[in-house]
Amino acid sequence: MDAADDLTPLDPAYKSLMRVQLAIVAAVLLVAASIAEVAIPGWTGAVWIPALLVAAYALIRVPLRRYHARGYALAGERLRVVRGVIFRKDTVVPFGRVQHIDVGQGPLERFFHLATLTVHTAGTHNASVALPGLKHDTAVAMREDIRTAIRRDTR
Amino acid sequence: MIVPIEDSPRRTDPRSFAVRAISMLGQLVLPILFGAFAILDEGDLGDLALYFVPLVLVAVGANMAFAYLRWQRLTYTVGEADIRVESGILSRAARSVPYERIQDVSLEQKPVPRLFGLVEVKFETGAGGGDDLALTYLTQGEGERLRELVRARRDGTVVASDSTVTVEADSGRLLFAMSPKRVVTFGLFEFSLAVVAVVAGLAQQFDFLLPFEVWDWRAWREQLAAPGQWLAGLGFLAQVLGVVVAIGSLALVGVATGVIRTVLREWNFRLERTDKGLRRRRGLLTRTDLVMPVHRVQALRLRTGFLRRLFGWHALKVVSLASDSGSANHEAVPFAQMDEIAPVVAETGFALPATDLDWDRAMPAYRVDGFLLGFAVTLLISAIALAFGRWELALIPPILGGGWMALHEYLDWRWSRYALDRDQLYARRGWLAPSLTISSRHKLQSAEIIRNPLARLRGYADLHFGLAGGNFRMRGLPLARAQAIRDAVLASMGERDFSEVVETSGSRPEAH
Repeated sequence: MDAADDLTPLDPAYKSLMRVQLAIVAAVLLVAASIAEVAIPGWTGAVWIPALLVAAYALIRVPLRRYHARGYALAGERLRVVRGVIFRKDTVVPFGRVQHIDVGQGPLERFFHLATLTVHTAGTHNASVALPGLKHDTAVAMREDIRTAIRRDTR
Repeated sequence: MIVPIEDSPRRTDPRSFAVRAISMLGQLVLPILFGAFAILDEGDLGDLALYFVPLVLVAVGANMAFAYLRWQRLTYTVGEADIRVESGILSRAARSVPYERIQDVSLEQKPVPRLFGLVEVKFETGAGGGDDLALTYLTQGEGERLRELVRARRDGTVVASDSTVTVEADSGRLLFAMSPKRVVTFGLFEFSLAVVAVVAGLAQQFDFLLPFEVWDWRAWREQLAAPGQWLAGLGFLAQVLGVVVAIGSLALVGVATGVIRTVLREWNFRLERTDKGLRRRRGLLTRTDLVMPVHRVQALRLRTGFLRRLFGWHALKVVSLASDSGSANHEAVPFAQMDEIAPVVAETGFALPATDLDWDRAMPAYRVDGFLLGFAVTLLISAIALAFGRWELALIPPILGGGWMALHEYLDWRWSRYALDRDQLYARRGWLAPSLTISSRHKLQSAEIIRNPLARLRGYADLHFGLAGGNFRMRGLPLARAQAIRDAVLASMGERDFSEVVETSGSRPEAH
């Protein structure tokens, strides 16, 4: 039942965002590998080639797999967030349990017009559930939805 | 008793100044005296003392003056909507805590303030990092008055117009109390291995202080042999006897520490039902007085130890938002038989599991995988041993470790189980010292299904619930069952809003 039954996928731009993030990590890795390669006499490629393969995998496959592993659903007064490629986590927070809501935007997210929606609960476990990779407008709309639902509940 | 609500700033009790002075004596004067001895040790006594004594006097005087100023400048105001504390000598700080945010008011009596009849009043706000508001020190009467007032205010039962509030004193109904005999019995079970280890370590470190060599079996034998010549002939027996005496004395230390610590903490334990919640008072030297509001109880935890289980002793702990901050131990009943605990459980609005409940166990596949993973680790250790050519050592980890793990997984499978009924969720964990967590279906915060790669392959899942002040987990359930439980619980969570669950003293569902 790992299928994304009725889950809404994240914004496709999220793939690009993850690529940029991973590219930064990959660049650092390649620089380190290059230094190691120079340090080893003779251009053997023993460090460089594995590093290059890892970087290529991180740039091509990882964002796709992560993107397809993630999704959310906003139905029946509940927010459901599914994530994780290896460790699958499927979290549900009823609107009635939301303490407060954050819509956050980092510099990269702003460039892609994306945002992260974070809902906070009073629970010690899962005190905050973050949902990255939403269009900024969608995130704000979701926040309004949840907020009005809370207000209606509390009266 | 009618107490007027004042809006004017008040100071803490003047006698708290005396408490400060006494505690300062311990903190400042004694170290100075020690320092003096160290310095004055070598010659020129009169000369040095001439400089030294005024220095001490100035230091003490300055501290006293400072403490006085601080006392004079610290005021608290019990206002309409909040409690305000203003403090600081040069820079003034004002802090306001609204009544709605105060989870609990606890009174604590440390030995010195107790001599003066003073208490420390702590307002627990549930804020992390121990950043709670505390007033040191007020008279006991003032502390209790403040507590009643905060509670009445928070629940909105105050008649604001005439500025008075009715406070009923000691209207509690006794739920549970511990006699001295019970406290001592409790202490016997609180045997601490850690203390024994420390004492054993110290004995090794400082054995030069002892009149004999603790770790020298020959010396022990001589000691034991001295009274009667016949012991000397029994060389081996005497050695065994020596070991027994050494272990026995360590065990005695462990038991004694357990008893003393327990008596200090639990003396004259009383749990009462007041109209606001469960009120617990305990302690011999430091007497604490804590109220756990019943409507804020999120879950109950029933625990036992592997020895005390044989005698039927259990402990009941309350999980609430305030216990999250860890500032107070929310043990409602620390040591009692089940028939004494049952009425307290009923009083919190929860219920013990019914006898005909359908319990879920973890999938056998989950336990088998747990065993196989552990066994793989022992095989890895064996491989390392083999690499060093020690085949006889390589046999030990798989046989001993594997045997233990197989036993553990089997017993854990038998004993750990989960259930849900109309209002509550139950989780039993562990076989050596089993614990039972009872949580209300309506009071959970979130639900999460977690599956690692192995779990996906084998079709089981872990179910984690968000609980204010604790956690609630069900491990290794079949996926379909985990989803069914989650959906059922989510449905009952949706029925009530957070504000009803944690914040207000609104009605709670009747226990069945």
